[in-house]
Amino acid sequence: MKKFLFSFLCVLSGLLFGALILKLSGISPVEAYKVMWNGAFSRPSYIAYIIIRSTPLILTGLSVAFAFRTGLFNIGSEGQFIIGALTAAYFGFIFNFNPWIQIPLVLALSVFISSLYGGLAGFMKARFGVHEVISTIMLNWIALYFSNYMVLSEGFHKVNTETSEFINPSTSITILENWKSSDSGMNWLSNHPFLNEFMRPSLNAGIFFALIAVFIIWLILKKTTFGFKLKAVGISPEAARYAGINVNKKMTQSMMIAGGLSGLAGATHVMGVSKNIAILAAHEGYGFDGIAVSLIGSNSPFGSLTAGFFLGALKYSGQKIQSALEAPSEVISIMIGAIIFFIAIPIIFERPINKVLKIWEKK
Amino acid sequence: MKLQSVIFCLVMIISSFTFAADKPIRVGMVTDVGGVNDQSFNQSAWEGLQKSKKELGIKASYQESKQDADYQSNLETLYDAGNDLIWGIGFKMADAVLKAAKQNPKQKYAIIDYSFGEKTPPNVMGVMFKAEEGAFLAGYIAAKMSKTNTIGFIGGMSVPIIHSFQYGYKAGAKQANKNIVVLEQYSESFTDAAKGKAIANQMISKNADVVFHAAGAVGDGVIEAAKEKNKMAVGVDRDQNYLAPKNVITSSMKRVDNAIFQVVTDLKKGIFKGGTTQNFGLKDGAVDIAPTTEKMIPLALLKDVDALKKKIADGKIKVPADEKAYAVFVKTIK
Repeated sequence: MKKFLFSFLCVLSGLLFGALILKLSGISPVEAYKVMWNGAFSRPSYIAYIIIRSTPLILTGLSVAFAFRTGLFNIGSEGQFIIGALTAAYFGFIFNFNPWIQIPLVLALSVFISSLYGGLAGFMKARFGVHEVISTIMLNWIALYFSNYMVLSEGFHKVNTETSEFINPSTSITILENWKSSDSGMNWLSNHPFLNEFMRPSLNAGIFFALIAVFIIWLILKKTTFGFKLKAVGISPEAARYAGINVNKKMTQSMMIAGGLSGLAGATHVMGVSKNIAILAAHEGYGFDGIAVSLIGSNSPFGSLTAGFFLGALKYSGQKIQSALEAPSEVISIMIGAIIFFIAIPIIFERPINKVLKIWEKK
Repeated sequence: MKLQSVIFCLVMIISSFTFAADKPIRVGMVTDVGGVNDQSFNQSAWEGLQKSKKELGIKASYQESKQDADYQSNLETLYDAGNDLIWGIGFKMADAVLKAAKQNPKQKYAIIDYSFGEKTPPNVMGVMFKAEEGAFLAGYIAAKMSKTNTIGFIGGMSVPIIHSFQYGYKAGAKQANKNIVVLEQYSESFTDAAKGKAIANQMISKNADVVFHAAGAVGDGVIEAAKEKNKMAVGVDRDQNYLAPKNVITSSMKRVDNAIFQVVTDLKKGIFKGGTTQNFGLKDGAVDIAPTTEKMIPLALLKDVDALKKKIADGKIKVPADEKAYAVFVKTIK
């Protein structure tokens, strides 16, 4: 009850603050929120877009949350995402097996390589005491430029574009992709307007992988000794060491799992949505948004799930204010930022609410 | 309070009537990842739509893309908003526009800087620019203004559109001065201004005193470098003189705004050349050099340029747009 009240107040004040910012820039907040609400839920295809958009955020959020439980701040989610996307795009293009082999193989490779990439930061922390915040920020840029280098490499670069070649259709995890554009599929769908709309965006299996990942991470943290040890390291590394836990090893392992999760986000994004990777001028922000997701979700697996959907919906519908009300995207970003800011700091409401509750109980 | 609400109601009723009386044409555009304030073709496109809004009374809106993955959903947002014509700005949006056009065969689409060639769907119109013609004039001016006999070209990516700038510019420079040295480099980006600055500085240290860029927002850095080192720069797409009024001697303008305005004007008359690609050039006022040029260069040179313009518009000079045509062109210069 109390927790619910916190969250509710946080979201409410976030929305109010966002409204203030909209008002200040001369946009009617009521109209804006109406556009956002309709833009998020009024059509089946919007919901599908939100699911697509939320999938990577859930996974990167989970990645940050998991590392955080071991006391590590995984800023490197962005880079691990890029490595996962690159691996999926590359092997999805090079290999061409039966989908039943191809998809698991490419996914496994992406997760494996990005977990090594994440693990590198953990290893450097454990072995040499390099702070993971510093190393992962650096690794983000290394990943970005390495990815750009690979996109432009001969054989992988799609000529006359700034993107890589498309992955083979056997790598695609978009649901019923061929059927959707076939004659029979289009016929069937035109008789089912709801599904027709719902299926129009490239809805993909990534969300299922995300749900499975959330469950597995929850299982690890809640039900295994391994998870218990990780949490012990997170709460107090010294106490954990005294208790006979190999702290260094746990840190590396934790970062490996975190890296794998972010990599999975990148892989599902490539295999389900973009089908190739492009030259990046700057970070796309999937990983950084993951930090916000993790914070909103109070660093728990199921929290990341809900927060991922929340942020995905906010980002998707927030953009719609632009064409509807001519809001500049900076205002939209500030508004979304303000909402996240308030949600991420429930602590400001904790004291006053506790006081109110105490007075209530005395009565 | 009561009076206010009565007036409010009246206004609502009146406005809904006028709405019904002449339903304005709605035109929307989706920017590529450069955003609507990219000081370049996205911004120019939006200026074109705003001009249409003012002069033709249409309703205009835009939707910015943050990532490549946004194109599809942004196109759909504008589709749902009931636009009569939806613009995709930039060749990066080609795949998304094609997909949307197939999904909504009754919706009109147009794309800037891309041609689907023979495969253009009947509800899509491609809009291309003879950018080489503007770049040719810019190259001519750059070579004439250079004192070190060395000028620079910075391109965003090695793609055909940028090639048309590059070879047009080089051809113009050679036309002005056969012995001119043209330094060329790609920044592999359209957004990284810091990189543009670094490349421009490098070129300046190699003796270049005029730098031209065809690289979107990368060019902000290029112009900044020219400003700091007190060298000359040539802008692209829009009149970029305001970025460095003493340094930007001219800009090879791609009047995306004029092209968009023309297409929207046609649309209002009920004409839409779907299924084709239209090439806009110097003749149509869709490419040109910046109006501020006349303040920056000597009068004699300006007259030369005007003469060149006429020759190009008449087809007496065929400006090369790729490497092959350029090689042929260079041989014709004495």
